[in-house]
Amino acid sequence: MSLITENLVVLDLAAPDRHAATRVLAEALNREGRVTDLDGFVADVRAREDQMATGLPGGIGIPHARSEHVTQASLVFGRAPEGIDWGAADGPANLVFLIAGPKGSDEDHLSVLATLARRLTRPDFRRSLLEAPDAAAVVEVVQREVVGA
Amino acid sequence: MRLVAVTSCPTGIAHTYMAAESLEQSALAAGHEIEVEAQGAAGCVPLAAGTIAAADAVILAADVEVRGRERFAGKPTISVGVRRAITDAPGLLEQAVAAAGAPTPTAAASDSRGDLGGAGAVSARPAGPVGPEGADPQPRGFEPVGPERVRREPLGSRPVRPDPVAREPVATHVRRWLMTGVGHMVPFVAAGGILTSLSFLLAQLAGRGGAVALGGTSLTGVATGFDPASAMEWARLLFTVGAAAFALLVPVLAGFTAFAIADRPGLTPGFVCGTIAAALGTGFLGGIAAGLLGGFTAWWVTRWAVPSGLRQVMPVVVTPLVSTLLTGAALVVVLGRPLRAVSTGLAAWLGGLAGLNLAVLGVVLGLMMGFDLGGPVNKVAYTFATAGLAATSMGAARGASGTASLEVMAAVMAAGMTPPLGMALASALRGRLFSEPERESGRAAWLLGASFISEGAIPFAVADPWRVIASSMAGSAVAGALVMAFGSTSRAPHGGIWVTPLIGSPQLFLLAVVAGACVTAGLVVTLKSTRRAVAAEQALAGAAGPTR
Repeated sequence: MSLITENLVVLDLAAPDRHAATRVLAEALNREGRVTDLDGFVADVRAREDQMATGLPGGIGIPHARSEHVTQASLVFGRAPEGIDWGAADGPANLVFLIAGPKGSDEDHLSVLATLARRLTRPDFRRSLLEAPDAAAVVEVVQREVVGA
Repeated sequence: MRLVAVTSCPTGIAHTYMAAESLEQSALAAGHEIEVEAQGAAGCVPLAAGTIAAADAVILAADVEVRGRERFAGKPTISVGVRRAITDAPGLLEQAVAAAGAPTPTAAASDSRGDLGGAGAVSARPAGPVGPEGADPQPRGFEPVGPERVRREPLGSRPVRPDPVAREPVATHVRRWLMTGVGHMVPFVAAGGILTSLSFLLAQLAGRGGAVALGGTSLTGVATGFDPASAMEWARLLFTVGAAAFALLVPVLAGFTAFAIADRPGLTPGFVCGTIAAALGTGFLGGIAAGLLGGFTAWWVTRWAVPSGLRQVMPVVVTPLVSTLLTGAALVVVLGRPLRAVSTGLAAWLGGLAGLNLAVLGVVLGLMMGFDLGGPVNKVAYTFATAGLAATSMGAARGASGTASLEVMAAVMAAGMTPPLGMALASALRGRLFSEPERESGRAAWLLGASFISEGAIPFAVADPWRVIASSMAGSAVAGALVMAFGSTSRAPHGGIWVTPLIGSPQLFLLAVVAGACVTAGLVVTLKSTRRAVAAEQALAGAAGPTR
């Protein structure tokens, strides 16, 4: 099973705040049966987010959790044209990755998430995500840059 | 520039790797070599020992405890929160390069303010348990600046640990290490000293031989025979507990001095050497030597390039074993004989002086009491006095010589009371010349000095040895000479003002003590003020320097 599919891409993410946005993305996971307990998973992400907001410079938010409610390592991509405040110093986030890791050691998937995290620091990767015309293009970029890397 | 870094975050799946990537990319762009150990959930490839050994500086970008932090002991290290590596990797690299010793505009500022920084960092957490890094002073130049940055990195302002090989003046480094030792020692001095003082007070109130009777108190005696109905037994209990706290004074000083030099690996050799130094009766000067020796040995051992199979057991087994054995053995073998020779030599010499003019004898005893504050020289003078006192009270010596030995006892006691009192006075009158831990020590030193607990001045003496020791010797000499001149006597071997009933001509005795304390305070304030003036001049010269 792949880390990200077209059903896990939300191109018009809009929400009043980052917690609501996280929930929208988590619902996609729930629809795909990748989480066993939506509320439990959202609470786990919220707990991490409350430690310190995961917004990063360059318009990125990476809400994430390793949670017992996650059945397989997954990535939900959200693009927010309006921007959602994710606590970064330089402004709201346009690119949001909800990273869901299962509890326990699942090193193959975890290393893919690690690669994604590394790629996010690169401007060209971010640009290709911002400019991707549709969900399929997003999946293709992530697969090429992260999973195939 | 060769750098190594460790990144880690609580979840271990995002920030850890983003930080690692940012550092790698930025280092590439800036032309530095860097290897990053990402301590995340996806497995962790440890840095090779050789890579660490070859690195010029270390960056720890972590929001959770860095695993294997001791591998980097002694390296110039920048510790920040993980986000800093993501948001400002180039700036972080610049900081690391600066820490590695490349000339930077901030170097001068960090030099001239080094001793202030040391004192300030120790005092930053006066209350509660101090974490492993808590009391480690850091150079001002490397601190995160401004509250905004600190707030965004709650775990980000861990101390920078400079390489022991000096880039700043050696004296600044030594002072910083010693201030770490002092910072941890101060509570022991205060607790032990106040308990002992209270025990004297209580024993005096209880009568039945008063404070003098505390001399024979033993831990096992109190432990097996404690009687809650007896005030004297309570006094013995306080005395015993106070003595236990005092027994740790030199080990704690040495242990945390070594810790400041070598981080955790320094603790074992530092504490063991400190305990040996204490057992040998070296006093605080031996404690300083033990701390420096233990710290440097541990630092050296941690820098050994070892095969990776051995690296796992280095911090737990090899480093403590080797460094403790080397330093402990060296201390016992090297220090033991000369110390003994000095003690017996001094004692014999002092015995020869017995027939001399009493005022001169008072000066000599005062100088000895004030010199090492509970160390070997001080002990010789004290033993000289108590031996005379014992002989007198057993009736072996009568008449004029008997009175003389009581005067000697009084002179020694007065000379032992003045150093803490003088420091207490000086730190109360001219607080800005002293660091916060020193001012705290100063508040307790009133009571300690009044109780003839010379150790109360040790925190001051460690922080600034020669100025404090010189002042302390001068004041003690004045007190000793005055007591002899006044002809005050003491029938008590310890107790300070609490044994006033056993002191002959107590008003004159107290006058001598006050005079000595004033001399000590006046001298130390003068000497420290001079240093400030010189330091200010040097700072000005340093600021003007780069233009040449």
